[in-house]
Amino acid sequence: MILSRALLKRHSVLPGFDLALGFALLYISLIVLIPLSAAFLKTFTLSWQQFLDATTTPRVLASYRLTFGASFLAALLNAFFGLLVAWMLVRYTFPGKRVVDALVDLPFALPTAVAGIALTAIWAENGTLGQWLPFKVSFTPVGVWVALVFIGLPFVVRTVQPVLEDVNRELEEVAATLGATRWQTFSKVVFPIVLPALLTGFALAFARALGEYGSVIFIAGNMPMISEITPLLIITKLEQYDYAGATAIAVVMLVVSFALLLVINLLQAWARRRQGGVA
Amino acid sequence: MSTAVLQSAAIEVQPAARLRSATGEAPWVRRLVIALGLGFMTLFLFVPLATVFHEALKKGWDVYLAAITEPDALSAIKLTLVAAGISVPLNLAFGLAAAWAIAKFEFRGKNLLLTLIDLPFSVSPVIAGLIYVLVFGLQGWFGAWLQAHDMKVIFAVPGIVLATVFVTFPFVARELIPLMQAQGIEQEEAARVLGAGGWQIFWRVTLPNVKWALLYGVILCNARAMGEFGAVSVVSGHIRGQTNTMPLHIEIVYNEYQFAAAFAVASLLALLALVTLLLKYLVEQRVRGQRREAGDRAE
Repeated sequence: MILSRALLKRHSVLPGFDLALGFALLYISLIVLIPLSAAFLKTFTLSWQQFLDATTTPRVLASYRLTFGASFLAALLNAFFGLLVAWMLVRYTFPGKRVVDALVDLPFALPTAVAGIALTAIWAENGTLGQWLPFKVSFTPVGVWVALVFIGLPFVVRTVQPVLEDVNRELEEVAATLGATRWQTFSKVVFPIVLPALLTGFALAFARALGEYGSVIFIAGNMPMISEITPLLIITKLEQYDYAGATAIAVVMLVVSFALLLVINLLQAWARRRQGGVA
Repeated sequence: MSTAVLQSAAIEVQPAARLRSATGEAPWVRRLVIALGLGFMTLFLFVPLATVFHEALKKGWDVYLAAITEPDALSAIKLTLVAAGISVPLNLAFGLAAAWAIAKFEFRGKNLLLTLIDLPFSVSPVIAGLIYVLVFGLQGWFGAWLQAHDMKVIFAVPGIVLATVFVTFPFVARELIPLMQAQGIEQEEAARVLGAGGWQIFWRVTLPNVKWALLYGVILCNARAMGEFGAVSVVSGHIRGQTNTMPLHIEIVYNEYQFAAAFAVASLLALLALVTLLLKYLVEQRVRGQRREAGDRAE
């Protein structure tokens, strides 16, 4: 009764508001909010100087560079190929298209540890693909990038695909009758329509890559200063019982993640407005 | 006269023909895009998938069967089933409650709640494990109390379940909320006016309307629950035969250079992934149909 009186904007004949919202709030508090707040409260036990010391050692800085750099480059490649694959799935027909379409989600469904050992085997020096390359992939920063490309692809495809499906084909016909070449039509008409979705997909892939652990640690080699990602560093600190140090780095990552979440929400709002304006 | 007819016919035909080629790409562009797209997917998706099965069976069926029936592997499989068996129903119950409140009522703070539901997706799995260590670990808030009462959460099964619940938290709610919002509340209101009670409405009206979306959410939730690695790795303690799930068992065996055995257990999870994708595809068709129906009704 308390919840409905305090929060409901409009009386409803349907029952169960208190029970449903009460349970949802209790559950979300116990599982998500209270444990997450523990990370921030633990960090407050450190002084500002201690916090800076824990989060800016050369080894930690090297892990940021690798994590952010590899995630950015992976999301970039995903943005390009994600748009290409989405275009291929929406506009063209070819044998086995449905299977290919379903398999786009493989990185969502395949456990990260499984992906990790498979990618390591393939790109190892004697692996299926690695043996043809003049440079090493497994156990180098390039390996980190490969793993992050794997896990990020569906984010771009699945955000761009529905928008591309909804693109009004008459717009393209108009562009053609006005004398635009096919490339002009794509770059000046279609691309601006899918751009918000593409950026959203890019941000989603980037955010996911930043926190990724399972698929990366097998292929990375995990050498400090060279191929050690930030999530692994958190685990290393934990194993050394440096809880405050691990939590300080975690808080840095959490703040970045929350900022990205905000950016993604803004991008999605922009995408909805853009789509609503055209469709 | 005849030339005039010809001319007008030409004017009618010509733009149509030009349009067809003008809103589609040249054949070579089409072929190039398909080749690049499939090539990329082969390199990054299909080859890894095939590798799992190839490596698993490389040393023959005997090695394969031995790897997935050894006691440690079996206990890992069992623990994975337990963790998913507890976390999926919990998140299903949450998803239904949250969707009921959000889709059927107008209340203050709704957008905040929606954002909070998505929060676990943006948290690194490693951090998801870490926060439970901070709460329940020996040095954590409840560490001393738990030890005094001889209970263990971290480095034990409860911690694994909690970490799994966290990372699979949004799946069911995310599928249910948009569908139930689109469906509106007329049917439930009608049932109410006709004298149905709350649970009756829920079981007879709401649940049948969302059953495919619910199943879809459960499938995704289950796949993630069984495959979670990072979060579970932090809280598990890696005690063989006791606190190893399948992904953790794969890691241990792999680090001991028993590659065939590691890939054998991995192939079980890869099969699960393929079944997940198949079910997902089948259910997706139904969900789309239902959403379209709901959309039509709303208009």
